[in-house]
Amino acid sequence: MSDTVITREEIGQFIKAMQQGYEVFGPVKEGACHTFKRLTGEETLDLNFTNTRLSPKSLLFPQSERLFEFTLDEASEEAHILKETPKEFPPAVLFGIRPCDAKALRLVNVNFDNPEFKDLWWTKRMESMTFIGLGCNNPGSTCFCTSVGGGPFHEEGLDVLLFDVDDHYLAKALTDKGERILGQGNVGEAADEETRKKADALKKEAEDMVNSYVPTDKLRDKDVLELFDAPFWDDVAFACINCGTCTYLCPTCWCFDIQDEVQKTQGDRIRNWDSCMFPLFTLHASGYNPRSDKVQRVRQRFMHKLKYYVDKYGNGVACVGCGRCLNYCPVNIDIREVFKLMNEL
Amino acid sequence: MNTYGEKIREIATKLLEEKAVDLIIGFKKGTLPLMTEPVIIKEPEKTDQLYWSSFCPINLANYLPKIKEKIGIIAKGCDSRNIAVHIVENQIQREQLYIIGVPCTGMVDRRKIQSLAAGKELTEVIESDEELTIKGNGFEKTVKKIDYLQDNCITCMHRNPVLYDEMAGEMVEERKDPDPYEDVREIEAMGPDEKWDFFSNLIKDCIRCYACRNVCPLCYCPTCFVDESDPQWVGKSIDPTDTMTFHFLRAFHCAGRCTDCGACQQACPMDINVRLFTRKLNKDAMELYGCEAGLSIEERPPLDTYRPDDYDQFIK
Repeated sequence: MSDTVITREEIGQFIKAMQQGYEVFGPVKEGACHTFKRLTGEETLDLNFTNTRLSPKSLLFPQSERLFEFTLDEASEEAHILKETPKEFPPAVLFGIRPCDAKALRLVNVNFDNPEFKDLWWTKRMESMTFIGLGCNNPGSTCFCTSVGGGPFHEEGLDVLLFDVDDHYLAKALTDKGERILGQGNVGEAADEETRKKADALKKEAEDMVNSYVPTDKLRDKDVLELFDAPFWDDVAFACINCGTCTYLCPTCWCFDIQDEVQKTQGDRIRNWDSCMFPLFTLHASGYNPRSDKVQRVRQRFMHKLKYYVDKYGNGVACVGCGRCLNYCPVNIDIREVFKLMNEL
Repeated sequence: MNTYGEKIREIATKLLEEKAVDLIIGFKKGTLPLMTEPVIIKEPEKTDQLYWSSFCPINLANYLPKIKEKIGIIAKGCDSRNIAVHIVENQIQREQLYIIGVPCTGMVDRRKIQSLAAGKELTEVIESDEELTIKGNGFEKTVKKIDYLQDNCITCMHRNPVLYDEMAGEMVEERKDPDPYEDVREIEAMGPDEKWDFFSNLIKDCIRCYACRNVCPLCYCPTCFVDESDPQWVGKSIDPTDTMTFHFLRAFHCAGRCTDCGACQQACPMDINVRLFTRKLNKDAMELYGCEAGLSIEERPPLDTYRPDDYDQFIK
């Protein structure tokens, strides 16, 4: 795999070259925050960010997506037959994704692409997307990637990793896809040893800067029922208003709800993000709700991420330490505190 | 302001020790600068967790419904008005409450403070009576709190609790006639198309997380209309029509009941000023019925009142 050095000035040229064969998405400043948008003439790439407010998961798993269409018109031969909504999956590049978010997409992948189930739309989007990550020189004070199996320059889920070194970027190709996109970009020159060394030093320095830590070592061996019945859930849940901020901003939350929306005889089957914070999430058709109370829903969110997932998949917690949930929670519910409570029970 | 915390802890300890209340609802210090977390305290030895600062924007009245025990609750002006609304609407009994009133000089808007850091991260905030010193990686700045208040606090005319059993500080002077509706008048002056565009643009970033609804003390329906499935009144996608329907109906449900506490605006993760919907209705309630919500536990809300001498003909 090759390493390429691209100057800051060449980034624009690099993006333009990629746009010849790919749809390119990157962080754009909107108001006080950054968000991933398709880079066109109107949207300006801005790499001066800690992380985006919304994770890039919606580019692969949209918040609302029409899956099928149908007609209820009995006169039609196709009455009641679901027809897949035509979609295109053009080659795309996600430029500037942070390593935590790239790791998160691999994590969501275990749900949508496994031997048992393959989500048609997710897998096609994942295949068509090339991920160019941007390492974090200055991790935020609420980032805790290093205690959940990641890091500011973690490579998992990326095709290329960019190191912001001095006045240029070292682009490290990590996969064949990555090699291809750097070829398409056709800028920069091969990296020298000195730049490589600087990048290694940068990585080390950034890892040391992550000063938020969560303990996870005892979660796997804990008894699931003991955690479920732990005495702290009422206190953890008290402030929670059961809004969907944490789950919608989370890069690893994958739950969805399928709805049929019908106007006269024409219908759409739509998939929407769902949230375990909502009472409707587990409401049965009978009217019974096994998670009728707030505390049960709050417990579910943490138990899923820090225990059920851990037990089911054996590859760590379902959290990448991006800090979005705790930064945007209106009532300051801090997952780092819950890690401690659960791990130390 | 800094002494309120001490007084709150003192009163809370006394109430719990004397078993005058079963629990206290207040704030504890947040894990992040500029944040606090609502907390419930049941033992006198845990009252040291109680905390007060200019970053307590959440309306604690929201936590009252469904609690059966005797409650001690910390209340700034707006919280006390929403407690009054709850009492009028039978969500809680007055006898169940011991209200610890906090005279409020306005809550500081954390987003306005964050914007001072110009993209850098804030790591520490030190508060004095009138100033805030904010510190971050490579910068330090001292500002006057009054310049960075939440929008609703700038025009608030009920900073002192309207309902309380004991005060945690001296009453503060109320503002005389601020003009809270300048921007509402600007919207009123727009034509229909312009208004439509304005509100469409206002909520374009909405992610339907319902933080605005859930943080609001007025929203206590057992099942919200957006969660009804038989019939389903509103679609659940982020189709603009459905998102708009949610915001319009939420606002209308608050007509004549909203105290403009600003919790909805503060809670929104997408920085949407959802108060713009409810404030027009507050203005109407004031102009049409001379009513401000939550000032008395004797008066019914304007939209739930009928008077035989109503001047409107349609109702007779």
